[in-house]
Amino acid sequence: MNARPSLVERINALGPWLLVLPATAVLAFILIIPVAGTLAESFSNPAGFFANYRDFFADSYNRTVMIRSFRIAFLSTLTSLILGFGGAYMIANASQGVKRVLLILSVFPLLTSVVVRSFSFMAILGRNGVVNTALMKLGIISEPMEMLFTQGAVIAGLAYLFTPLMILSLVGVLENIEDDLYLAAGSLGASPVAVFFQVTLPLAVPGMIVGSILVFTGSLATFVTPTLLGGEPQMTLATLLYQKAMISFDWGAANTIAAIMMGTAIFCVVVLGTIASRISARRAVH
Amino acid sequence: MTGRRIHPLSKLFGWLVILFLAGPIVIVIGTSVSDTPFLAFPPQGFTLKWYANVFSHSGFLDTFIISMQVAVGGTLIALIAGLAAAYALTRYKMRIPGWYGSVFFLPFFIPEIVFGFSLLKTLIVQFQLPILPSLILGHAILCLPYMVRVIGASLSGFDFSIQEAAISLGMHPVKAFWTIVLPNIRSGVIAGMVLAFITSLNDMAVALFLTGPGISTLPIEVFTYVQQFFDPTVSAVSVLLMGVTILVMMLIERSLGLSKTVQ
Repeated sequence: MNARPSLVERINALGPWLLVLPATAVLAFILIIPVAGTLAESFSNPAGFFANYRDFFADSYNRTVMIRSFRIAFLSTLTSLILGFGGAYMIANASQGVKRVLLILSVFPLLTSVVVRSFSFMAILGRNGVVNTALMKLGIISEPMEMLFTQGAVIAGLAYLFTPLMILSLVGVLENIEDDLYLAAGSLGASPVAVFFQVTLPLAVPGMIVGSILVFTGSLATFVTPTLLGGEPQMTLATLLYQKAMISFDWGAANTIAAIMMGTAIFCVVVLGTIASRISARRAVH
Repeated sequence: MTGRRIHPLSKLFGWLVILFLAGPIVIVIGTSVSDTPFLAFPPQGFTLKWYANVFSHSGFLDTFIISMQVAVGGTLIALIAGLAAAYALTRYKMRIPGWYGSVFFLPFFIPEIVFGFSLLKTLIVQFQLPILPSLILGHAILCLPYMVRVIGASLSGFDFSIQEAAISLGMHPVKAFWTIVLPNIRSGVIAGMVLAFITSLNDMAVALFLTGPGISTLPIEVFTYVQQFFDPTVSAVSVLLMGVTILVMMLIERSLGLSKTVQ
């Protein structure tokens, strides 16, 4: 009985691995190797291991762009967090039927093209846009304001892009807070405001962190929105990467920017993701 | 189930957020029918000439066809690879380590623009691959995580002992998969395909680096058009694109509903 495994048995043992092989191969050859290549090339400069990075940071323009990108990403994350929390809080506490409609309304933008969504903000913020028209009709301003190509426009566009993701990250967390907790807090004399800050908000922290990771890394890597709403004056790392790669053919700099973006994404996912799962795990123990 | 009571002010804020999310779409629809050469909202007059403009601009139609080819190709590759992977990951939980499943979510975490640039260097420059297959391969990667996740979720609710029973009664394993497993996870497969299709149809970051002057996708064409002419034609294209998305979403809703009545 305990003879060597037959050929059929050996193929059977390999079965699961044969099934994951195509997906693994596609992923390895089309994603992992090319991206790893970009990371490796960012360090392969004959002038030295960090030469590309030295050159990149030596240029004050690049430093300005990098700081601006992080500021824009941070502020759009903060905006999405506030808006997303507001939306998710209402959705999570709505009745079943309303909840469904509200979720579809807030998720639908996610399924439309980034170009369409950025373009819609050009229609809102432009010289003949909705905001200027309304303000002029109301007599608040006499001349249209220049709102496009400002940092505010980029932040508003990115917040619009990513608030649905924040809502999706928060709705589940807020829904799962048990009614008993609210009842208990209320019967112990906590005011609704105190309940919100001492029960709801702390329990939502893991969802807030996960949503923020998605929005921050997404904002940093989005190309279309800063191009259409920010233009040349609001150059970000993503638009600079495109310019270096496709217009000035400075692939050393493009590799470096790509590596910086990868590094930031990995940092956010690993460090913040660990914090979020630690918090959730500690909750589960208590 | 009725909802929980929340403070009227937080309810008001919530509605403002929903308005912020839905408003821009309403504005785009409004500007697409405005009888003005610039974007006007509320629309002044009513015209469908901007929609006619979309169809007379050959660039939109040509790139729409390419976008469709790429979306179909990318979705099919992702479906075949993803279905096999999702099946193995749920069916053979004991033999494939748990972390292996998360490898397939890597495309979610790598900034798309970094991925696009890396593809340009390897597929186009190094291997001299033509643009169309490069786009299809790139989009297959973007679609793969949706397939593994959505199909995996519907497989995790499937009772594999039914399939084992059929096999032990002499059915060929491939036939058992085809006639027993697949019909049971049909809704998951369709949902995965729809998500993949929409992802491919909306992709900018990968196409940005892979398309050239001769061959382009619809989002790239729209993006280029917006930068040159800022007129309601773009609104009309946007509305048509949203129409495609809604159509596709309704298709899943229907097929999901249908599969539920069949079960």
